[in-house]
Amino acid sequence: MDHFPLSWGRPRNDALDAFNTYPMHKRPTHHDTFADGVQRTQQPIVTGTSVLAIKYKDGIMMAADTLASYGSLARFKSIQRLHTVGSSTVLGASGDLSDFQYIQSLMEDLIIEEHTAGDHHELGPAEIHEYLAQVLYSRRTKMDPLWNSLVVGGRKDSKNFLAYVDLLGTTYSSSSIATGYGAYIAVPLLRNAVDGRENTLTEEEARKIIVDCMRVLFYRDARSLNKFQISTVTDAGVTISEPIQLETTWSFAEGIRGYGAQTQ
Amino acid sequence: MQTVDMQQLKAGEVNLGTSIMAVQFKDGVVIGADSRTTTGSYIANRVTDKLTHVHDRIYCCRSGSAADTQAVADIVHYHLQILTQQSGSAPTVATAANVFQKLCYQNKDGLMAGIIVAGWDKEIGPSVYNIPLGGGLFRQPWAIGGSGSTYVYGYCDATFKDGWGKEETINFVKNTLALAMSRDGSSGGVIRMCVITEEGVERLFVPGNELPKFWEGEEVLGKPTKIIPESPAAPMEVEA
Amino acid sequence: MTSIGTGYDLSASTYSPDGRIFQVEYANKAVENSGTAIGLRVKDGIVLAVEKIVHSKLLVPDANRRIQSVDRHIGLATAGFLADGRHLANRARDDSSNYRDTYRQPPPLKEVISRLSMYVQAYTLYSSVRPFGVSTIVGGVDVNGPQLYIIEPSGISYGYHGAAIGKGRQLAKTEIEKLKLSELSTREAVTEAARIIYLVHDDAKEKEFELEMTWIGDETNGLHVPVPKDLLADAEQKAKAALENFD
Repeated sequence: MDHFPLSWGRPRNDALDAFNTYPMHKRPTHHDTFADGVQRTQQPIVTGTSVLAIKYKDGIMMAADTLASYGSLARFKSIQRLHTVGSSTVLGASGDLSDFQYIQSLMEDLIIEEHTAGDHHELGPAEIHEYLAQVLYSRRTKMDPLWNSLVVGGRKDSKNFLAYVDLLGTTYSSSSIATGYGAYIAVPLLRNAVDGRENTLTEEEARKIIVDCMRVLFYRDARSLNKFQISTVTDAGVTISEPIQLETTWSFAEGIRGYGAQTQ
Repeated sequence: MQTVDMQQLKAGEVNLGTSIMAVQFKDGVVIGADSRTTTGSYIANRVTDKLTHVHDRIYCCRSGSAADTQAVADIVHYHLQILTQQSGSAPTVATAANVFQKLCYQNKDGLMAGIIVAGWDKEIGPSVYNIPLGGGLFRQPWAIGGSGSTYVYGYCDATFKDGWGKEETINFVKNTLALAMSRDGSSGGVIRMCVITEEGVERLFVPGNELPKFWEGEEVLGKPTKIIPESPAAPMEVEA
Repeated sequence: MTSIGTGYDLSASTYSPDGRIFQVEYANKAVENSGTAIGLRVKDGIVLAVEKIVHSKLLVPDANRRIQSVDRHIGLATAGFLADGRHLANRARDDSSNYRDTYRQPPPLKEVISRLSMYVQAYTLYSSVRPFGVSTIVGGVDVNGPQLYIIEPSGISYGYHGAAIGKGRQLAKTEIEKLKLSELSTREAVTEAARIIYLVHDDAKEKEFELEMTWIGDETNGLHVPVPKDLLADAEQKAKAALENFD
């Protein structure tokens, strides 16, 4: 069972299929660390990559690109991975997107149940996160995990909330969170920019931090896309932007020659 | 130590190593498929019909295990009949796609099924849904699937335009499938297409010997590379 | 009732010789004793209103609601046994949620009604259960626009433009018939519904009542929610004024 986030969306075995010549469905994909073990669980198939989120002065900000990968194939290029839950929470997902769609329907049921109770209570981000943690943990305990890393962010009663939960039921809370490749590349950048400034960062500053990290991820994550969405949760409620085109720089490469001493 | 699972399909299973496609246009959808069914490298059926009726104006294109996808399509067909009788009106394509999705998602460990659902309904008009291996559900203006599809993503991205009419859409499907079939050993045979509109379902057929032809290259090695002129060049004239 | 004591009224699973099921008819009696509930289906939505009899001054105001939500876009008002009403609402929620899980779209009201009325009907078949002592007004706005139904204890269900059940239903129906429902907005219907409930309330028999009102429409973004406090107060005020003119 290779559940390491770096392996998500990369089921292809390069030693066997170096040139990606197998039709996807025939590809020898199942490389299981416990191959001779007894249990076969699933593997992620259609996947999303990193989700980034930070706290700032007025609330939280989250971002994810709009790509759904199928192995190394960029299969669906305009898929939304940020999802509004209730009126004060946003949920961002990386990992298997069929499982994420299932989680979305769970959230829908939960919110309707809350609405029909008619008791004037509403679930906030902390409750949504706890609920998801219980669901994901119980599924991994049944050896049938929901193959996602989720970020739950929100603002309720003038308090910011930001937390993580993954397919194992692992949870933690922080003022900046990133999943997938972002956990390796973006986290140091986010922490550097956010820690200690959670209550002073403006929306504009927060946006710049997020966009800069999305750009680095696009440069270095081979399963990423230069099209992404930003979500905010503030006292005014939840917003999810239209897809944003990432601005990138390549002109410096024009003069590069060879790989060492070559000059022309 | 990494090991390889070559047993994705059960031994001897019939496989729809396939090229399938569905495209929506203003008045309906065009769906299409090749006709090859293989067991390993043997062509078990060269004239298969992979365009499967699930309701009056809703069809699906099947790829993956023939047994699995037929079973799933049969179950959805059953559900849609029951639903039609209960509700008194034809189901939407979205409804059909959701029933497919549910079956594919809940049985993802046991199924090898990549299905495209397409059709026309009176609420939304034409729509195309893609349900790939894991059981996700994705609505698209055009969808391709099966082993052959991986060779023609670029062609589709470069060619597809919004706002096509019926004939242009049919040509797009025909050309895409012909290209996929020519590069994918697991696809081939004839092209079957259906045009689904409010008025009805029209079947189209392109025989294997009348497929659109594209560049196939020619053997270059071993042929003379220099063109030798018939007569030797005349000596250059020099001024006196 | 002349047939009382003939022995055919003890079980819902036994017909009387003239083809009636007395247990179902008795269930209707339970409904007739209840505070009035009405529903209006208007141009752009639904309004549900209930005359909730307050039988004790010790009760918490606004508690023990008789209008409940089934789904985002569906509301349900009952007349009869409140506990039976709650049970039916729970059942309707399950039906609604199951439909959503299967088809991943909001259930059309028609589907919820057909499932819920089948459930109610099942309780008229067996000697081991009693029929539900409630009539239910179910209102909602779905893809087909505003819809309004009543389910009776027999399990029968009809669609209506205006619905009234409970004690004051006759007078309420007469009043609803005077309205031009297809031209009314939900906001106007709120005022009318309040007026009708105040009108049918019988001061002589029950002193206290609470007006409970919910609505669904464009103004609520398609959600079934209580009518806002200020609008409710305004409607009540107008209702009282209209009542004085009426007298």
